[in-house]
Amino acid sequence: MASILLVDDSASMREMVSFTLKGVGHEVSEAEDGVEALEFAKKTAVDLVVTDVNMPNMDGITLTAELRKLDSYKFIPILILTTETGSVRKEQGKVAGATGWIEKPFDPDNLLGTINRVL
Amino acid sequence: MVSEVNIDLSQFHDVFFEECSEGMEIMESGLLNLTSESDSEVINTIFRAAHSIKGGGGTFGFSEISNFTHGMETILDEMRNGKLAVTPEAVELLLEALDCLRDMVQSSKDKTPINKELVSEIHEKLENFTGEAVAPVAENIPEDEPLNVSDEQDSVSTWNISFYPHENMFYTGNDPFRLIRELQCLGDLKTKVNYDRLPEFSKMDVQNCYLGWDLELKGDVSLDQITEIFEWVEDDCSLEVNLKNKVTETESESENEEEKEVVEEVRARVKDGEKTGRRRVEKSGFSNQETSSIRVGINKVDGLVNLVGELVITQSILSRVCNDLGIERNEKLNECLDQLERNTRDLQEQTMGIRMLPIDFAFQRLPRIVHDLSNSLGKKVDLKFSGETTELDKTVLEKIGDPLMHLVRNALDHGIESSDVRVAAGKSEKGLISINAYHQGGNIIIEIHDDGAGLDPEKILNKAREKGLVDNDEVLNELQIQNLIFAPGFSTAAVVSDVSGRGVGMDVVRRNMTDLGGTVEVASVLGKGSTFTIRLPLTVAILEGQMVSIGDQVFIVPLLSIIESIQVSEKDINAIANAAELYPYRDEYISVIRLREVFNVHIDEDDDENRRGLLVVIDIGGRRVGLYVDDVVGQQQVVIKSLEQNYQQVPGIAGATVLGDGGVALIIDVLGLVQTSNH
Repeated sequence: MASILLVDDSASMREMVSFTLKGVGHEVSEAEDGVEALEFAKKTAVDLVVTDVNMPNMDGITLTAELRKLDSYKFIPILILTTETGSVRKEQGKVAGATGWIEKPFDPDNLLGTINRVL
Repeated sequence: MVSEVNIDLSQFHDVFFEECSEGMEIMESGLLNLTSESDSEVINTIFRAAHSIKGGGGTFGFSEISNFTHGMETILDEMRNGKLAVTPEAVELLLEALDCLRDMVQSSKDKTPINKELVSEIHEKLENFTGEAVAPVAENIPEDEPLNVSDEQDSVSTWNISFYPHENMFYTGNDPFRLIRELQCLGDLKTKVNYDRLPEFSKMDVQNCYLGWDLELKGDVSLDQITEIFEWVEDDCSLEVNLKNKVTETESESENEEEKEVVEEVRARVKDGEKTGRRRVEKSGFSNQETSSIRVGINKVDGLVNLVGELVITQSILSRVCNDLGIERNEKLNECLDQLERNTRDLQEQTMGIRMLPIDFAFQRLPRIVHDLSNSLGKKVDLKFSGETTELDKTVLEKIGDPLMHLVRNALDHGIESSDVRVAAGKSEKGLISINAYHQGGNIIIEIHDDGAGLDPEKILNKAREKGLVDNDEVLNELQIQNLIFAPGFSTAAVVSDVSGRGVGMDVVRRNMTDLGGTVEVASVLGKGSTFTIRLPLTVAILEGQMVSIGDQVFIVPLLSIIESIQVSEKDINAIANAAELYPYRDEYISVIRLREVFNVHIDEDDDENRRGLLVVIDIGGRRVGLYVDDVVGQQQVVIKSLEQNYQQVPGIAGATVLGDGGVALIIDVLGLVQTSNH
């Protein structure tokens, strides 16, 4: 099973995503914003990053770009969670180095389905 | 590919609602500070809060909340992008929408129907404001796309896919192998790998992708299903998908097998590339990062607080028992007992700390109230806070919200003058209401100060006499007169406005404070302003008590309400008509309540002469009363045990506690006692 870094400023989303992922046996580490996630990433490697976009201190797009600068995060899948149906955020995410995205709202099945695509 | 998991999303609702409340507080305070000169971060913060509520609403099945918030978010987004100016009208509308959102969240929480009319009315306003229809987000969680069913039934089609990833594809975390694996799930896949771009070995960068694929997919597959798989890599590859019109049946099995081998080979290569590319940090260094706070049910905390209370009692009984046994000889035991006492106290303090929250929570509603009220009254006023981080018990915190709001409304309505009056009086045009909180001993003090007109003692006195609250010949000092505003039924406003004169007035504020074991007082200078001072115990679970004895029983009087205890002789207590008794205390006569009689304590007549006879003077909402007791025994912090939960409500008694010697003492409810003895 994979180790996953989950970044979201919303406690309820973190709880839901984390519960779902742990339920199928993944190991989940949580961070509340980009800054916290980056701190974590500098010390620890994971198999997958799932990050929200709109967050205080450092948003998910900037986080993605920063993570790609780290050796151990160069090639791992990074998925961004976005409510924006428009392509701007996705485009920005791709430019920053994101692997793909999960559109909000999603349910546990959507989430696991998408995550299985990259694991 | 889609795993079916059964997760009940309602288990996350509580957290979501809590988050909504936090988000709405953030939005509100942000909106109140929002002007056209505001920093873009102010809008961003509001936007983020709205965005989170919208996202959560969609995820947890509250599509109405999600849709509505989307309308607010659209306006905020346009403000953020500079497409829409930040005008007072826009801010007002967003505040109005926020109130509506708050109702919606509350309704969802209470599982009551949402006020649909109001919601659609405001939603329409939001739409009209941006000038374009606010596209609602998907009503529900989008359904999984059926993977093996296409629109045209029974249509087996064959697709030719030419897939040539750019060299840097691995750098996006995407992997051709995984994409091919997904295609395989759709139908019968034939793969042909193209090595043409592979450079000489010496020039090869293992982190790049040099291979390309020509794929043939046969099955009941639509174009959408294929493009969806390549959605994430559109810009990272050259991709061509063509429908091969005729399905030919001539392709032999052997060919198929041959190509499967190629797939295996590719798979191996890709895996290799992966491994070299990812320089893994050792797994042993992995630790789950914990969030810095956890949410637990308040009942768990209360259970803990209760248990610690019991522990404190047991500890003090233990100390006493050991002292009585005279085991001071055993130094080791004494040491341990001392250690136990220290640890128990620390534990108690820490546990109490869990229930403590910054007073900020009670302040959050105030800016909005001041904003709305000053607009409707046409007054200009600033609101300032200090000591927002001062902590107090959650229960107390929840109960001071309304009284605090009332005091602030009152200050704005009655205290602060209109701009022209202020200027004429030589004051600044803008009024100031400042709220300050700080700790003092075991209490928290909250001061609400306004620089308004102040209280007019003459007016108050006239009013009080008119209402029969004060006798015509009664002489009161200025402070006493000012504090008359807390008397039941007193209202100074000539016309009862809908702002602060709803009949419930300052007396309710005082009543609330007394219920919490606290006090509220006013000090005012005519023309300069008024200061309301609230004094509250930090917690309702523990009480600083004065132990008093009556006969062989011990009662606890809350220390906070005691002014002083004085020795009196029977001859100074004057009996007047209908059995009431008065005692001349300083410059007034106070009524005397004999606890012995109230609580029917049996007294051994022989002992009676040896009793000292003390009057404990207490202050209840500005009124002074003397409790006549046999003696005062000492002061002690006591843990309040509810009588109602364990027995039944007893008039004049607030609860019970277990003393250090294991005996039980009743805690006197001073306000209740005075009211009972009045009848």
